[in-house]
Amino acid sequence: MPDPSAIDGKLAAPAEHAEVLVIGAGPAGAAAAIEAARLGASVVLIDENPVDPQLIGLDTPLLYGGRMTGAVQRRGIESLVAANPALEEAAELGVDVRLGVIAWGLYVNGPALRSLPAPMVGLADEGRSWMCGFDRLILATGARDIALAFPGWDQPGVVGAAGLHALVHRYDAFAGRRIVVLGSGDLGIDTALMAHGRGLEVAAVIEALPQSPASPERLAELAAVEIPILTGAIPRGVVSGRDGVAGLLMANATRVGLGIQCDTVCLALGLAPAVELLNAAGGRIVPDTHRGGHAPALDGWATSLPSVFAAGDCAGLAGSEAEAAEQGRRAVRQALGAAAEGAPRRGPDAWAYQSAWFDALTRDADPSLIVCQCEAVTRGDLLEVRAPRYLGEPTPAAKARDLGSLIADGPPNQDQVKRLTRAGMGPCQGRRCREQVALTLAQAAAIPVAEVPLALHRPPVRPLPLKVMADWEETPAMTDGWEIWFAIPGQWSAYEDIGTEREFVTPFGGEG
Amino acid sequence: MAASGAAVVVVGGGVTGLSAAWWLATSGIDVLVLDKGVVGWEASGRNGGGASHYHSPLFHEEQRLWPQMDALLGYPTEYQRERVIFALTQSDLAAYRGMAAEGRRLGYAVSDLDPQQVRELVPMASEANLGGVHLHYGGHANPQRTVQAYAWALQDLGGRIAQHTPVIDIVEEGGQVTAVETPAGRIGCEALVIAAGPGTAFLLAKVGVRLPLGFGRAEMIVTEPAPLMRIGGVDGNGLYGRQTLRGNLAFGGGPHEWIELAAGGPAARPSSPLTRNLARRVAELMPGAAQLRLIRSWAGVIENTPDGRPVLDRLADPANLVVATMSSVGFGLSPATGHAVRDLVVEGRCGFADLDKLKLSRFENIRDDWLEQRGWLPPVLPAQ
Repeated sequence: MPDPSAIDGKLAAPAEHAEVLVIGAGPAGAAAAIEAARLGASVVLIDENPVDPQLIGLDTPLLYGGRMTGAVQRRGIESLVAANPALEEAAELGVDVRLGVIAWGLYVNGPALRSLPAPMVGLADEGRSWMCGFDRLILATGARDIALAFPGWDQPGVVGAAGLHALVHRYDAFAGRRIVVLGSGDLGIDTALMAHGRGLEVAAVIEALPQSPASPERLAELAAVEIPILTGAIPRGVVSGRDGVAGLLMANATRVGLGIQCDTVCLALGLAPAVELLNAAGGRIVPDTHRGGHAPALDGWATSLPSVFAAGDCAGLAGSEAEAAEQGRRAVRQALGAAAEGAPRRGPDAWAYQSAWFDALTRDADPSLIVCQCEAVTRGDLLEVRAPRYLGEPTPAAKARDLGSLIADGPPNQDQVKRLTRAGMGPCQGRRCREQVALTLAQAAAIPVAEVPLALHRPPVRPLPLKVMADWEETPAMTDGWEIWFAIPGQWSAYEDIGTEREFVTPFGGEG
Repeated sequence: MAASGAAVVVVGGGVTGLSAAWWLATSGIDVLVLDKGVVGWEASGRNGGGASHYHSPLFHEEQRLWPQMDALLGYPTEYQRERVIFALTQSDLAAYRGMAAEGRRLGYAVSDLDPQQVRELVPMASEANLGGVHLHYGGHANPQRTVQAYAWALQDLGGRIAQHTPVIDIVEEGGQVTAVETPAGRIGCEALVIAAGPGTAFLLAKVGVRLPLGFGRAEMIVTEPAPLMRIGGVDGNGLYGRQTLRGNLAFGGGPHEWIELAAGGPAARPSSPLTRNLARRVAELMPGAAQLRLIRSWAGVIENTPDGRPVLDRLADPANLVVATMSSVGFGLSPATGHAVRDLVVEGRCGFADLDKLKLSRFENIRDDWLEQRGWLPPVLPAQ
């Protein structure tokens, strides 16, 4: 006899199905979709751009830092296609291209979840959500910005390299004019050159380390366009104006009070492979500093989940658009049965660079430095493992507890610290603080950040309204079989009724 | 952490085990808690946080203790008294009124609410609500904060906790447990408490004791913060939930999934597209919340006995072994459960409530195929 309140048969089959579903229409995803279509597959290619302006305001999915113009409101699909000619090519080959569609969840059956009628991805537009089944899934979700706090980083005008690139290149909706770039690795140099090429003024590239990690050839590219680089300079604050950042204040070994006028500070210290969907679905993620940090475990381009592949920046920072596109084509060929070709690029030691910057930024840092913007958690709160202020002043016992005592009881665990301090629990879903909280734990425990377990992502990996997420057309089996809890007969009977005629008894195990 | 022996070893650092250890420590007993991972990592830290269990023999103690827990533990649990339960259907209304009658019969204050009164307490509630009940008892707390509060309070009394220390065997001598084996070595004890949630069955099997358990996965969703309601504990429309003091709405309910489990516990706790069905019901219950962003979903794995009731028992053999499994309703009762376990360990019987009907012996004659009979089996995977 089946359990009528168990989930069996209640989850609906996906509303639609794709032979090949590609998530992300950047270089890797667009190339994957085109290759799949050329190989005769039926392909759906989705991309969350143009992103809802409200999400952009929440720094989701990138760190836009409040530096968008009203142009993001117009959400021109035409301009997106103009910025990405591959989309037109894909559409001409019969790819079903959908822009402004968010992938918020990936669900596959596994040891603790066997009730799905099929592997599926949760999709949403502004008005509704639905599920899309797939035979093959290509994740080409790109990379996220990594933010490290410095005083004033919560002001409008502090953007991430990917967020700036999106606003400038994809939306043509960047509200700033004069930029200071933090970080002089390849990402910082690429960002400075991109901004310069778009006619923006790049006041300086700032490097906290005594020397830039970039090659002489790359540094020469900056010099050729007369963008100065300041090494050994550590951001210590911003000048605040009516519209947020109006300047960056720095210190170095010999001088304090070094200042540069600018309206935008761009964090270009690294990008993180966007592994949210894969991680939330239980796909294996491994620490790999040469692929940007936490990256998918890959066999060729196959993830640990059946029929799910990854390519481009989300597979481990591809390094260039051409490389990302090539990975996309290879991933799709492998997905459609070919042997695995190639492997992700091995980049520089991302965590070493970010840790060095983090150490520089946190040396003598004020405990009041905000780390988690959503929940207003400071560096001091993290170090003290302080409960949020709405719970009142800490008791003497609580004051005696700190990150050190927590780590003495077991290896550092970001999810545990998150639960206690709320760092990372806000509407931006930890996008702005995830990496720096991990770095804080590593620093406190004196271990490499690679050894701090990845704080788990949970679906939905984009913050979407209840009314959009809601299944307004659920199965009758779901509606009819819905119970608040397990519906075990007699579970809620009054204790004194147990064993009397008033106890509702359902026969089980034969003894009635 | 290296751990030597202790007078009492508690296996399982969830709310039940930690509360038991804390109660034992308040009696001056040398106690050591062993957990296979991090304290509160399983269902103890992933649940609705409710504290209104009128069906339990521990109910009165639950109600007596919760308002004192912050002061007793010395750390915030985020406990908030009272609950509102309101109906969108006549059958739900009848059920809630029945629940109210049961509360009154037990001596607790309950108010019936008309639809307008519901909206005064829950401004986001549906205008189409049919009324409800206001429990002036019960309430809710923050599971994650509460687990850590027990753990820290226990340490403050000299109790020890060894995380990442699974018990791999139990050593018996002359009808008594004398030690447990862990990867960190053998740990001697004079008494053993097993409060390891789903793992309780696997641990008891090591001493030849059968505890029939089914394992289920259940899910919840969390929204971004909403303006604080006067009463954060809200149920209705097939949901249980709470508003955190930060303002987030956390709601659960709906179908569970029976899963297979091995001795090490669940490797993962995935949530499913049930998230969308939960989102719908929250939006129906409180249309004023429909614009709120859903920012997380999560799942927990819980054990259930065949009758859905706890096993709280000091066994006859081994005679110094106490079993505590709460059958999927452990968090809210935990202050009282810990007290009961302390009594069972120290006095041999619970001094404040009759627990005779929660003995393990009630399942002595259960058939080996009871899970099949009940249909408590994992779904059959779709054909590929």
